[in-house]
Amino acid sequence: MRQAGTAQPTPRSGDPAAHSDDRFLLEVQDLHVHFETSRGVVRAVEGISYAIRAGEIVALVGESGCGKSVSALSIMRLLSKPAGRIVGGRILFEGRDLLGLSDEEMRAIRGREIAMIFQEPMTSLNPVMSIGRQLMEPLQIHLGMSGEEARERAKELLGLVGITDAERRLDQYPHQFSGGMRQRVMIAIGLACNPKLIIADEPTTALDVTIQAQILELMRDLSRRLNIALLVITHNLGIVARYAHRVNVMYAARIVEEGTAEEIFGAPRHPYTIGLLRSVPRLDRPRSEKLETIEGLPPNLLDPPKTCRFAPRCPYRIANCDIDPSLFDTEHPEHRSACHRWRELASLAGAPRTVPAEAAERALADETLPALAVEGLTKHFEVSAKGFAGGKAVVRAVEDVSFSIAPGTTLGLVGESGCGKTTVGRLILRLEEATSGRIAFEGRDLAGASGAELKRLRTRIQVIFQDPFSSLNPRMTVGQIIAEPMRVHGIADKRRAGERVAELLTQVGLYPYMAERYPHQLSGGQRQRVGIARALAMNPSFIVCDEPVSALDVSIQGQIINLLEELQERLGLTYLFIAHDLAVVRHISHRVVVMYLGRVMEIADREELYAKPLHPYTRALLDAAPVPDPVIERTRAPRALKGELPSPLNPPQGCVFHTRCPLAIDACRAGVPALEELRPNHFVACIRAKESLGRNEACSGPAPS
Amino acid sequence: MLRYVVNRVLLAIPTLIGVAVVTFFMLRVVPGDIVEIKLRGDGGNVSREVIEQERERLGLNKPLVIQFVDWMKGLVTLDLGRSMWTGNPVSEEIGSRLELSLQVAVMAAVIAVLIAIPLGTLSALYRDTAVDYVIRIVTIAGLAVPSFWLGMLIILGLLWAFNWLPPLTYTPFYVDPIANLSQLIWPALAVGYRYSAVVARMVRSSIVEVMREDYIRTARAKGVFERLVVARHAMKNAMLPAITVIGLEFAFLIGGLVVTEQVFNLNGIGRLFVQAVSRNDFMLIQSLVMLIAVVFILVNLVVDLLYAALDPRIRYR
Repeated sequence: MRQAGTAQPTPRSGDPAAHSDDRFLLEVQDLHVHFETSRGVVRAVEGISYAIRAGEIVALVGESGCGKSVSALSIMRLLSKPAGRIVGGRILFEGRDLLGLSDEEMRAIRGREIAMIFQEPMTSLNPVMSIGRQLMEPLQIHLGMSGEEARERAKELLGLVGITDAERRLDQYPHQFSGGMRQRVMIAIGLACNPKLIIADEPTTALDVTIQAQILELMRDLSRRLNIALLVITHNLGIVARYAHRVNVMYAARIVEEGTAEEIFGAPRHPYTIGLLRSVPRLDRPRSEKLETIEGLPPNLLDPPKTCRFAPRCPYRIANCDIDPSLFDTEHPEHRSACHRWRELASLAGAPRTVPAEAAERALADETLPALAVEGLTKHFEVSAKGFAGGKAVVRAVEDVSFSIAPGTTLGLVGESGCGKTTVGRLILRLEEATSGRIAFEGRDLAGASGAELKRLRTRIQVIFQDPFSSLNPRMTVGQIIAEPMRVHGIADKRRAGERVAELLTQVGLYPYMAERYPHQLSGGQRQRVGIARALAMNPSFIVCDEPVSALDVSIQGQIINLLEELQERLGLTYLFIAHDLAVVRHISHRVVVMYLGRVMEIADREELYAKPLHPYTRALLDAAPVPDPVIERTRAPRALKGELPSPLNPPQGCVFHTRCPLAIDACRAGVPALEELRPNHFVACIRAKESLGRNEACSGPAPS
Repeated sequence: MLRYVVNRVLLAIPTLIGVAVVTFFMLRVVPGDIVEIKLRGDGGNVSREVIEQERERLGLNKPLVIQFVDWMKGLVTLDLGRSMWTGNPVSEEIGSRLELSLQVAVMAAVIAVLIAIPLGTLSALYRDTAVDYVIRIVTIAGLAVPSFWLGMLIILGLLWAFNWLPPLTYTPFYVDPIANLSQLIWPALAVGYRYSAVVARMVRSSIVEVMREDYIRTARAKGVFERLVVARHAMKNAMLPAITVIGLEFAFLIGGLVVTEQVFNLNGIGRLFVQAVSRNDFMLIQSLVMLIAVVFILVNLVVDLLYAALDPRIRYR
């Protein structure tokens, strides 16, 4: 049934802590899970083992498809039937093998002893049931509470997860809650019956950074207070650093390294872990010129290699790597690595390559004509109520935004969801018409351009979208997709177009033969490369990149960012880079605009902004972004930013940020603060920042034009 | 909520005017009129004057626009006019038959829902097993078998087993419930089978879809009994698309039962419609078309209100 002798974990003899099994709350032993598909059996989890003690926070880290979620669903026995099957191993919970229980016994454990929180708060709650009923359900089923008792307890639980006004909230439905609030409700449901273990599957992936910080803080706090063990499943190493005691790194259905958080982050003993740590841009280190990446793609689990699974992508590969390694004990107890060369890795990998950025930054001189200048850009959407006499409400998506981008540079546009960053991109592309304001592209007014002029300008401005899965037409080949803009603008005949497609594919790191393929035959990273090739087809000078890497795995993210930078260098492109990830924005941008609720909060050059942020919102964002280093993370104060994003339908009076701002005073409510140049080339819209900076340093000036 | 209903009813007015205009003028574009059929239909030789007289009596000689305005005036005052053939008021002609058609439609809908929801749910929960295959064959058959043919089988079966034939006259429910039901249950069954097949297939596919939703996984992770996962969490969500189909089919049954009514010897709206069309009875046809339009609009309104009742995300203002 099992692959003979592959990656059996070494006996736990070297580990003093592991001698007595009863010290573990949950023990997964040699778990094997198979999925039947039309193309064969996918071995989604192959012989993984890990354990969690009572009250402990353990992380399971890996990229999409590595089997981390499958292993968690196996614990709950919630694999989708009939495709997913547990074919081997044991899952011991307080000494009982969960795999041997009857369906009814297992049901009694779910929600009572082990609870689970899922990734998508938007879809994980039943839309047609009130929050109260969903919260009361486990209480009534497992604890036999009456309706009244359950309601009392439900109110208590909402308070516990920081939802005020519980009495009223209980009768509301999920759509009346924001994403962060829904995740709090999910946590409350998880906590309902005082479980011993909560499994959190990517609990904050769908949330904004400031909300993510709140949720993580809450989960750790509850785990400590109520002595609940947490199994956190994530792809984000930063989250793990702050909260996890121990970390298991998964790659291609196996655990490749396990150890305490300090060990995994401080002295990683597997090339994959090292690669993961280095391929994410980091806010706690000086910016490096180029991201290190893990080349290639994870293996296909229909037919994984017989060698070490990471060997094809491993920079330290030797002949011995043809033998599939088991999980070796290292010199440190509880730290194991599935690498033949774990002893030498520390010296092999060396210190992270932090080639400091060249001192000679591209000139951001004022005298050159900006590639793109936006002035007073405003976009209001009218949402109408239904019927004859329905009133109209106005969503102020973008309000008085001004910035300019020098040719050949990248402007980063950051902010949380709903801040208007994507709308700015769409306005520049003229996919939406601005309510007011000017957009000048290479000196010509874009907003006023029409007909032939617009068509000509459109060839010069292109776009790369966030979702490489839905932004490519599934019924067109890669070649047709890339050639389409040329066909639309009638600039190339069939043969010429073919040559150009081949050239473009090579340029973005793909092979010309891939022109014949369809998007579903490519991986996510390859699809994004096709999206880039399509954008390049018309020889544009300006590209709007709308969250181009946020849907990709970390190891692929680095590859795409490097590609974008290379292309900029080679072709002299100008980018507007829209993203929510501050570290990525710092890495790629020359200048950064921070937006909140449709307004610009701060504009500055990259180094200046990240070293000396002046706006309290920028500071909060930087503070909320987790950093993959447990030493730094654990000494940081708890993240302060409170509250939810206000609705853009009804933004706060005065400074839009004052409702969440730790520095807010009465004057903030009085008027919208102007964007002022508080330091050279550094614009901030905050009266408090202006005050604290003092008169001598501030040189006030008009907003950039 | 009330405002929403009023809004919807007001919005129906332009739709109905559109229907009225199209029906009215389409009827008059087609050559031939009721007078010719009435007086010359049997090949009789009738003089021009008599025909003109008859036309004048029915108002068919007036300009089209005047005729239309007259009809509209009538509609507004709820006077549907008189049948050009029998001379009886249209409201009477329709009224007596609407009762019967409505009853058959309601009975068919009840039968369909009672059969379809359990069948569709079972089929979805036991997807790709023997249970599912059997149910799918039964429902496919329901779509494939014409209901009038099924009706004939039912009559033959009743004749063979009980030596019983459907009566020639209609007994209203309030006169003799037993006689009424024993007469109408058979056409309702014949029609309801097809109806249930359509709904069951919709229920099946929407439950299959809902069972894949994240909140179903959440419910299971809470330790909810599997029975309750289906009954409490899945059903309400899955009913939404099914309700649309139930509503549309119901509206179709009013006036769509032409052949089945023939088979069971029922004097319903469907048969009246066929008679009216074959006689070019303009007044009657116009009113019937309007009636069916109104039924569709009302059913859709009811469906939308049910949606709002089931789905808290939909709130009408």
